[in-house]
Amino acid sequence: MMTPETEEQVAEAIRDAKGPMAIQGGGTRGVACDGKTLSIAGLKGVTLYEPGALTLVARAGTPVAEIEAVLAEQGQRLAFEPMDHRGILGSAGNPTIGGVVAANISGPRRIQVGAARDFALGVRFVDGTGAIVKNGGRVMKNVTGYDLVKLFSGSWGRLGVLTEVSLKVLPIPETSATLFIDAADATDAVGVMTQAMASAFDVSGAAYDPAAGHVALRVEGFTGSVAYRAEALRRHIKRDAVQAKDGEAIWQDIRDVAPFHNAAGDVWRVSVKPTDGPAVVTAAEADGALLDWSGGLVWVRTSEGTDLRAKLAGIEGHATLIRASADTKARLGVFQPEVAAVAALTAGVRKKFDPRGILNVGIDRLLAA
Amino acid sequence: MDMPIPNPEILLRKGRVVERLQAVLPVDAVIFDEAETRAYECDALTAYRCPPMVAVLPSSTQEVANILRICHEEGVPVVPRGSGTSLAGGALPTADCVILGVARMNDVIETDYANRIIRVQSGRTNLSVTGAVEADGFFYAPDPSSQLACAIAGNVAMNSGGAHCLKYGVTTNNLMGVTMVQMDGTIVEIGGAHLDAAGLDLLGVICGSEGQLGVVTEATLRILHKPEGARPVLMGFGSAEVAGACVADIIKAGVLPVAIEFMDRMLIEVCEDFAGAGYPMCEALLIVEVEGADPEIDHQLGLIKEIAAKHDPVAVQEAESAEQAGRIWAGRKAAFSAIGRINDYMCLDGTIPVSELPYVLRRIEEMSKHYGLAVGNVFHAGDGNMHPLICYDANKPGDLEICEEFGAEVLKLCVEVGGCLTGEHGVGIEKRDLMTHQYAPADLEAQMAVKDVFDPGWLLNPAKVFPLAVSDPRRIAAE
Repeated sequence: MMTPETEEQVAEAIRDAKGPMAIQGGGTRGVACDGKTLSIAGLKGVTLYEPGALTLVARAGTPVAEIEAVLAEQGQRLAFEPMDHRGILGSAGNPTIGGVVAANISGPRRIQVGAARDFALGVRFVDGTGAIVKNGGRVMKNVTGYDLVKLFSGSWGRLGVLTEVSLKVLPIPETSATLFIDAADATDAVGVMTQAMASAFDVSGAAYDPAAGHVALRVEGFTGSVAYRAEALRRHIKRDAVQAKDGEAIWQDIRDVAPFHNAAGDVWRVSVKPTDGPAVVTAAEADGALLDWSGGLVWVRTSEGTDLRAKLAGIEGHATLIRASADTKARLGVFQPEVAAVAALTAGVRKKFDPRGILNVGIDRLLAA
Repeated sequence: MDMPIPNPEILLRKGRVVERLQAVLPVDAVIFDEAETRAYECDALTAYRCPPMVAVLPSSTQEVANILRICHEEGVPVVPRGSGTSLAGGALPTADCVILGVARMNDVIETDYANRIIRVQSGRTNLSVTGAVEADGFFYAPDPSSQLACAIAGNVAMNSGGAHCLKYGVTTNNLMGVTMVQMDGTIVEIGGAHLDAAGLDLLGVICGSEGQLGVVTEATLRILHKPEGARPVLMGFGSAEVAGACVADIIKAGVLPVAIEFMDRMLIEVCEDFAGAGYPMCEALLIVEVEGADPEIDHQLGLIKEIAAKHDPVAVQEAESAEQAGRIWAGRKAAFSAIGRINDYMCLDGTIPVSELPYVLRRIEEMSKHYGLAVGNVFHAGDGNMHPLICYDANKPGDLEICEEFGAEVLKLCVEVGGCLTGEHGVGIEKRDLMTHQYAPADLEAQMAVKDVFDPGWLLNPAKVFPLAVSDPRRIAAE
């Protein structure tokens, strides 16, 4: 494994590469590609933090926990609530901010505030030729040239190696409240959730755990405001609701798909429009399901080797195979295949940024179990 | 401002290009008469004008595809145009181009409140997107000042912002999918009603690509339920420096207003004159708006006023009615047109880290003295997106050039202090030649590589965004 400590060393490593390079952040998200591992964990440290400007810049290998600690000292946080994959994948290691951006990792609050890609203000990266490139910056509004920051968010190391990211951060609200509402099934639950999301009450989480049989809704803000909106929401959805005690733990479990941690089978992550969530649950004939994002994010647990995409044919969206054997991943592919015209554009962009085809080769085949 | 020399071979083929376009479009959708094409000679950057060879006004995605296929085959550059409100010259034609205006494509295709989306044709104006859903209590959040006129197509092309993006984000954060036609006529669907991309986030790079990657014909947009209420408070300060410190303290205190706008004395005067909003006369005015139910608003404004009190405000007044709140925003949003009533001006759009506000404002004032041109400042203080308005006299020979030099110095200063050339208006032709101050050659190369993929012939809006000297080899090779 190579663990460069400077951006220049990353560039050298890529320039000198004779074959495929597997790019790794903290190594917790189940990516294991062909070739020599290049870890960015050596690129560490917050390089700039301006609480009054809501911006933070960090080297890509900086642990997420370190960033969260630095932010918490000033009463701020990564509002997109990045998921921790260690529980569901049984992986070890220390998640990095570079990995979070490279994989566009978000959590339940994504439906209110946006994804990692919406909070990424700037990147520095080394492309597949070893060139060092910057894009975006550290200010919140920036339309100077093309937005490669978005292109790199969720690129899974296929276009280049992130070396530095700059992020928008937000204040931690004074308090939050989580309401539980009993739901008969996914259709009932999505009805409640979409109604809540289509309200004026600024809901920051809407999830449904079929095993628990209830919907969870979250509001956050100043104490008086939260109390007011929790009550207003209850009235708005016209359902009985009880206020949950340990809100923080509930949303961490949803974020990390805790109900699947010790359960066998393949795990799929399905993104659809919220009202299609129940159709996904039905069509999947799943062993387990967890609905987040008002129904738009469906975590599905199936028996090993099931081709979920075939079952979901006709429902607009995409399914990513998060946990499965290497064989299953090789057979079904980790990412949803794109239609030809889009696939051609994707392939063209990859070819430009990585003309030798050495970065995270086989990521689709080998996102390992 | 240089533009590429029109290709004489294309001009010679004008007749054939017109005939082919007429064969695939209704008769009134192809404009080629020299008197009529003048209507498309500029956008809101009126200092630069050039009538196009032809203008076309398609009514459907399929017509757009037909147009682009023909232009691709004929090697004719295409400049997409929304409503022509670009302040950066994004829709400025070249004499050998076809202007593709999407104004006739303004239908709402689908509204879906459960999924909080609206799908519209891209020629629809920003405000009429909200107009289509507001009776049901919803709105489309990005609110550029030109929202009455500007089209979603242009918003997507420039990744437009607005006054309320401190809370709601800019276009890219509210855009979920597009139907786009590539230069060769291929129609692609990218994104949709679901979140996040299956593969690479192509939508993220299309938004803000200034019409250089494809022509967006339809867009799926996030709509939100309106808050129960909103109320702005006006806070006047003795200097910009103090106002800036107050903004930083508000943000650090964990209050996140939906908007924090700044105006200096010149702008307060012209906007007050225009809108009668009751702005207090002072050196620096902040408009801070918060949302929620009345008690929530009272609480937040209480905190904000407490913070402001530590900065010796010369005036603090809450909007007393929805009507007054409306006038406060009408005045702010009319800032550009209000100053336009008294002077020719150039509007800048650099963003800076908010901590640099006092320093940058001081330097702008020094430059104003040096160049002998007055400057008014109005900007989105919460996110550091500045809009210095440099006044000049278009009828005075040499004044525009001095103004442009001044503007370029300000933008370089923005980059120097850690900001950028443009926060929401786009690069267009206006900031094209300054790109090398923000980006190194490898940075620009990486951006142009994306265009190479989407538009290998460099026919879509080719003379924008990148300095001509930088993009020359590609455009010439493509010819």
